[in-house]
Amino acid sequence: MNKISDNRAWWLVLPVFLLVAFSALIPLMTVVNYSVQDIFGPGQAFFVGTEWFKSILADQRLQDSLIRQFVFSGFVLLIQIPLGIGVALMMPKSGIKGSLCLILIAIPLLIPWNVVGTIWQIFARGDIGLFGWGINQLGIDYNYTGDTLDAWLTVLLMDVWHWTPLVALLCYSGLRAIPEAFYQAAEIDRASKWAVFRYIQLPRLKSVLIIAVLLRFMDSFMIYIEPFVLTGGGPGSSTTFLSQTLTTMAIGQFDLGRAAAFSLIYFLIVLLISWLFFTAITQADKEK
Amino acid sequence: MAEIQLKSLAHSYSDSPTGPDDYAIRQLDHVWHKGGAYALLGPSGCGKSTMLNIISGLIQPSEGEVLFDGKRVNELSPRDRNIAQVFQFPVIYDSMTVYENLAFPLKNNKVPADRIKTRVQEIAEVLEIEDKLHKKAKNLTADEKQKVSMGRGLVREDVSAILFDEPLTVIDPQLKWKLRRKLKQIHEQFDITMVYVTHDQLEASTFADKIAVMYGGQVVQFGTPTELFEAPNHTFVGYFIGSPGMNLVEVERCAGGVCFDSTVVPLEPWQADLLERMTSTNVKIGIRPEFIEVSAISSDDTYESEVLDVEDLGTYKIVTVRLANQEMKVRQNEEFEADLGSQIHLSFPKQWLMLYVDEFLIQEQQR
Amino acid sequence: MRQTRSKNIGIIIYILLLLTPVYWLLNMSFKTNREILGGLTFWPKNFTLDNYVVIFTDPSWYNGYLNSMAYVSINVVITLLVALPAAYAFSRYKFAGDKHLFFWLLSNRMAPPAVFLLPFFQLYSSIGLFDTYIAVALAHCLFNVPLAVWILEGFMKGVPREYDEMAYIDGYSFPKFFIKVFLPMIRSGIGVTAFFAFMFSWVELLLARTLTSVDAQPIGAIMTRTIGASGIDWGLLAAAGVLTIIPGVLVIWFVRNHVAKGFALGRV
Repeated sequence: MNKISDNRAWWLVLPVFLLVAFSALIPLMTVVNYSVQDIFGPGQAFFVGTEWFKSILADQRLQDSLIRQFVFSGFVLLIQIPLGIGVALMMPKSGIKGSLCLILIAIPLLIPWNVVGTIWQIFARGDIGLFGWGINQLGIDYNYTGDTLDAWLTVLLMDVWHWTPLVALLCYSGLRAIPEAFYQAAEIDRASKWAVFRYIQLPRLKSVLIIAVLLRFMDSFMIYIEPFVLTGGGPGSSTTFLSQTLTTMAIGQFDLGRAAAFSLIYFLIVLLISWLFFTAITQADKEK
Repeated sequence: MAEIQLKSLAHSYSDSPTGPDDYAIRQLDHVWHKGGAYALLGPSGCGKSTMLNIISGLIQPSEGEVLFDGKRVNELSPRDRNIAQVFQFPVIYDSMTVYENLAFPLKNNKVPADRIKTRVQEIAEVLEIEDKLHKKAKNLTADEKQKVSMGRGLVREDVSAILFDEPLTVIDPQLKWKLRRKLKQIHEQFDITMVYVTHDQLEASTFADKIAVMYGGQVVQFGTPTELFEAPNHTFVGYFIGSPGMNLVEVERCAGGVCFDSTVVPLEPWQADLLERMTSTNVKIGIRPEFIEVSAISSDDTYESEVLDVEDLGTYKIVTVRLANQEMKVRQNEEFEADLGSQIHLSFPKQWLMLYVDEFLIQEQQR
Repeated sequence: MRQTRSKNIGIIIYILLLLTPVYWLLNMSFKTNREILGGLTFWPKNFTLDNYVVIFTDPSWYNGYLNSMAYVSINVVITLLVALPAAYAFSRYKFAGDKHLFFWLLSNRMAPPAVFLLPFFQLYSSIGLFDTYIAVALAHCLFNVPLAVWILEGFMKGVPREYDEMAYIDGYSFPKFFIKVFLPMIRSGIGVTAFFAFMFSWVELLLARTLTSVDAQPIGAIMTRTIGASGIDWGLLAAAGVLTIIPGVLVIWFVRNHVAKGFALGRV
């Protein structure tokens, strides 16, 4: 659609602008302010330049949790995207069965994140949880509160449980938008199931998949509450991701300067990667 | 290639049809012979697309059988029937190039790579898109897209038949004519059974050797364009084929033939004979505007009528007249002149006067 | 046919796996703590509603739900009120800095809440909004408003501009056109947007917990209190969890036909 040039449209955007500016710009300025000062108390602040940034970049905790974060987000995408596509392909196309599937699959998305943590905290325990008990019954020694690998896998499994539905629903809506004529033509052309997926469904899922990857990357990169409730970041710091490291630093230790510098670096990483995705989306929109 | 036979076919889109109105196709028997070029002609909603989709297997008929070379294929998917179909609106795989689009059905059929290459080239040349082969298909114009869509149907050599579902709807009139000739050429060249659905009689008669006219879910006549014109089997064919369509007049039985208002139209003895034996009161006579003769003077077998309108269509004229209370169209050549309101005398040559009972033609061999 | 069946079996298995943890939560919520700790049972032996009774009778519990509902509702209303005109502007007009503004808005959806934790705490404390519904509602606008603008813009783009022009020709003023003609046309988009705003505000806890202490404390924060001197009261925790799932399921039922499109942010 050709848009009209009219700067008066700013009046319509103004409320959003003011609201978001209030909620985002002021806090962001505060963060920037902290990140370049050392504050001892009211009126006792010293300008320290980039010192906090240098210190935080050299901080082992940040580096470790950053690596953990990337590995985690990587696995999240690697598992959830194909699984989500698979689920979407299996969902009934319409009717009451379709609606029912949609709602049941969406349930994990509607559960408060701390409750997600709680559910898995209970579910995965060896003594009172079905999952932990079941795994132990199979003769596999499993204890997510004690074993690093178990804890890590449990957090990953929880995230897969929690968020694959989002990918599935996105892909489902993408699949629904493909006209029936394409399937008919493919059937006539004797395309195999694989060819239908590869040449008809996948290309048309491109734009929703970009959104799915974007959302899943962002949200997994900010994950906090669920592992916090489930494992508390442990054992040791094996499931401590960026947000938790930051929160501990800012609120737990009240290490304001370093926390602020951390925040900015964190934000910039997310922003940079998201910008790449965003460019990809608008590009895809244009091609349509 | 195959002979396609439809046996007491019926189809309803509703799960529990309650009456004949719920059926898109009713009790239809038909044979498409091997290697013919056929058209399936009818108004929108007559069930012709449904029939096509049943042949290709996209739709499962509710009743009856579809036979390919005598074998029942009802349960086979389009894939297993090995049939090509071109849709009304272009369907192209937009992530592929034109070449890949055309090669797609061949690849799926595991045709050797070098054969694919020559075949795609061949079809691209026929459709005149060889210079676009390496373009992305989604950047094409609507015309070109439809050509690619058709190309995917034509590219396969071993198909049982190629079905066209009004494939030229989105094409320019200029190009339409050209493409139709192309299809005809391809048919002559490769000798494949082709069924071409259209609602345009001109399109049907330029493409097809034989035309099946569909009406109300049934094939009412299957014949050459000449047969459809000269002896329409059903009043609908008379009305639908020809421009303007056949003059149809409701009549009653009376002494010496049939009559409407006070006009008596004599029948051939065999016609009268057959009519005698039928009980239906739904009787019509029909005569094509082209076959009505006009003379300036009155005689025993002429009917006096009033000229209501003369329409000059360039190479001929269509005269609208009133005979008793019936309006009729008469086709005359360019030289015809008559004042509006003047009287002219019409005669109906016996061999062109058709008699319809319950909408179907009464034919001599019925005796 | 066989393929549809294997698909059906696949989806049924997936849904069963998906619902197992929820079933376990439900199962536990009907058990006494003694039964839970006594051994694994697939069905409550001594079926009890005690856990629910505690939640519905103890104000410190049910107030948690009321608090959550309150800030979520305020958030949904604010989000829609500001996002509707903005989304209209983005879908219809070009204006100075529009692309940058749009990306900047979205970048806030991408901001880790943890980054804003401390500044928010200080900001709302300093203006005296700490521990109020409005503080949480405003904080949640940070990610909900950009999302709402994005979804609504996607839906609005689907309405041809001819409608706008026709309305002007018919003599409608802009506000009248917007409310009487335009909004009804994107009804489903508004429903879906409200649903998403509800959902993200309902499930978020980090900001909600940080910006409240007593009066506006959300249910999620109260749930952490089940860790008492005698260990965790699992049954009570499970019951509280079950009750947080219900509102979401009720809400999604109303927008079920449009939710797929909404999940794609109106972009299919």
